[in-house]
Amino acid sequence: MNLLEIIRFALRGLTINRMRTGLTTLGIMIGVMSVIILIAVGNGSAKQVQSSLDRLGTNSIQIRSGARGFGGGGVQSARQRNSASATKQLTIADTKALLNITDAPDIKQVSPIMNSNATCVNGSSTSAPSTFSGVWPTYFEAANTKVVKGSYFTDDDVTQGRRVAVIGNTTATELFGTDNPIGQSVRCGGIPFTIIGTTEVKGSSGFQDGDSLFIAPITAIQNSITGYVGLSSIIVEAKSSKVTDAAQTEIQTILDARHGVKNVNSRDYQTFNQASLLTTSASNSKVFTVLLGAVAAISLLVGGIGITNIMLVTVVERTREIGIRKAIGAPKRIILAQFLIEATILSLVGGLMGVLGGFIGSNFTTLGVKPVIVPMSVFLAFGVSILIGVFFGGYPASRAASLRPIEALRHE
Amino acid sequence: MTHTVIDVRNAIKQYGAGESAIFALDGVSLQIESGEYVAIMGPSGSGKSTLMNIMGALDNLTSGEYFLDGIEISSMDEDQLSVVRGRKIGFIFQSFNLIPRTTALANVELPLAYQGIKSAERKMRASKALEVVGLADRMSHEPTELSGGQQQRVAVARALATRPSLLLADEPTGALDSKSTHDLLDLFDQINAAGRTVVVITHENDVAERAKRIIRMRDGKIISDELNAKKAS
Repeated sequence: MNLLEIIRFALRGLTINRMRTGLTTLGIMIGVMSVIILIAVGNGSAKQVQSSLDRLGTNSIQIRSGARGFGGGGVQSARQRNSASATKQLTIADTKALLNITDAPDIKQVSPIMNSNATCVNGSSTSAPSTFSGVWPTYFEAANTKVVKGSYFTDDDVTQGRRVAVIGNTTATELFGTDNPIGQSVRCGGIPFTIIGTTEVKGSSGFQDGDSLFIAPITAIQNSITGYVGLSSIIVEAKSSKVTDAAQTEIQTILDARHGVKNVNSRDYQTFNQASLLTTSASNSKVFTVLLGAVAAISLLVGGIGITNIMLVTVVERTREIGIRKAIGAPKRIILAQFLIEATILSLVGGLMGVLGGFIGSNFTTLGVKPVIVPMSVFLAFGVSILIGVFFGGYPASRAASLRPIEALRHE
Repeated sequence: MTHTVIDVRNAIKQYGAGESAIFALDGVSLQIESGEYVAIMGPSGSGKSTLMNIMGALDNLTSGEYFLDGIEISSMDEDQLSVVRGRKIGFIFQSFNLIPRTTALANVELPLAYQGIKSAERKMRASKALEVVGLADRMSHEPTELSGGQQQRVAVARALATRPSLLLADEPTGALDSKSTHDLLDLFDQINAAGRTVVVITHENDVAERAKRIIRMRDGKIISDELNAKKAS
């Protein structure tokens, strides 16, 4: 009797009891599918955190004035900070001091940031950008902000204090609707600015809209809106993400000297390193993935017990049939092969359907997370379910096939 | 020319051990020649079914020897036994023992398939066997769609399809009405007339009356073995 014939026997065996076949396949499918999707969700959320940090620029370090525990600094207005005379403000001179190839070899470029709040008006349209900043052109690279339409402003624009600006997508839509904003004029805080570029869409991270953006030369902002007070912050770009920690130390050395800081605990400024932030979030999302993986492993285990149960019940149910087959001359190896092939087909079909379901299910965004499939989880879930199916289908069948026919026949 | 089909020598089948040991067969010796039609009778617990299972190679002996067609069965391994069951013996059970949810034709084909006979020849031989038992028009029916008598005839066809030297029937009429019983026994007569050895186990006298030789058992021993006066020619 050849293999093809045994396979035909196995297929007939499976079609004889459609309900059992269907339920077993479903059990395996759900086990495999849940493992793939759960791990994909965990992985997807990790990727999401990573990409939102990537958008900020992983090489960048922010310096804000104010002592530790004094508040973030970002939400305070420049004037409020100016009145707190105990702390020395960050200045353009501080910014320039960081551009020192001997003292700070790991710093690539720097830009001062002057934040303000202003409402921009174009005819009857208004917009209050959540980020309204005056900067140097180096800011764009350091903050990983790209102009996709129009152009960047230049060092010359900064020197001349020209009132030009680059705006984000949200701001552009609020002010100009679908019109091309390039070359148009808006009044922000009563001062006219000419729009020369729009930035790449960043999307929102958390509750802040990354595209509600208005960026102009720092001199234009200081001249017309904030006045020449202390800077909101300084952004520093390190030469690579590997040297951000070194760059941070260099910044601290330079600024400590300039601000006369004797005790590192009483610094009048703070530095924020994106790279270390990234490490923290990455390890957080790893914990999340491990947790989801554990849940998935449990569901695979439960699915596996389900498969085991159905397979065992089936063989016990069919012991009598095995007895009949032996009584009419079936060799043990053919009975065993038939049951093994049945179990393999069940596990394979269920497993493949689970993989398919996993791939389909991972296309849907769950709880705001876009799942990203981990190839390893597919192989693991598929492999484990097949092993369980074949073992628990094959082992009891081999026991039943080893019985003397009369014992199997007496089985009710 | 006849030869000895079944040769059982001093067969002992023991269940349990020590003082609680029960002897289902207690030193049975028996020879059956080819072409014989033998009925084995006895009350339940007399050991007749055990003897039948031994003769059908479904069970093994505690001690003693069993030769089928001159080949010693008692010392065979499982693989050799499956060949013997498939080729030499056709077994008919009281409860029919057809494979459920499988057509009559497929049931009859099954033992041929296990012998490695190709599909086309298998179908031909199986349908011929079904014709012999008068079920040519029921080939594609499943067991649940057939009456008890028809199911038993499918089982007979399955037993005959392999052209065995020996047809063994264990209480074949136990689950049948009198009409089906009568039809089945006519079929057995016909099979025996064609030269095949038939051994039937029964506790019904009218079934045993059809056989040419009647063996009676009690407590694991043969108590009488005589030719049937009405049939012996």
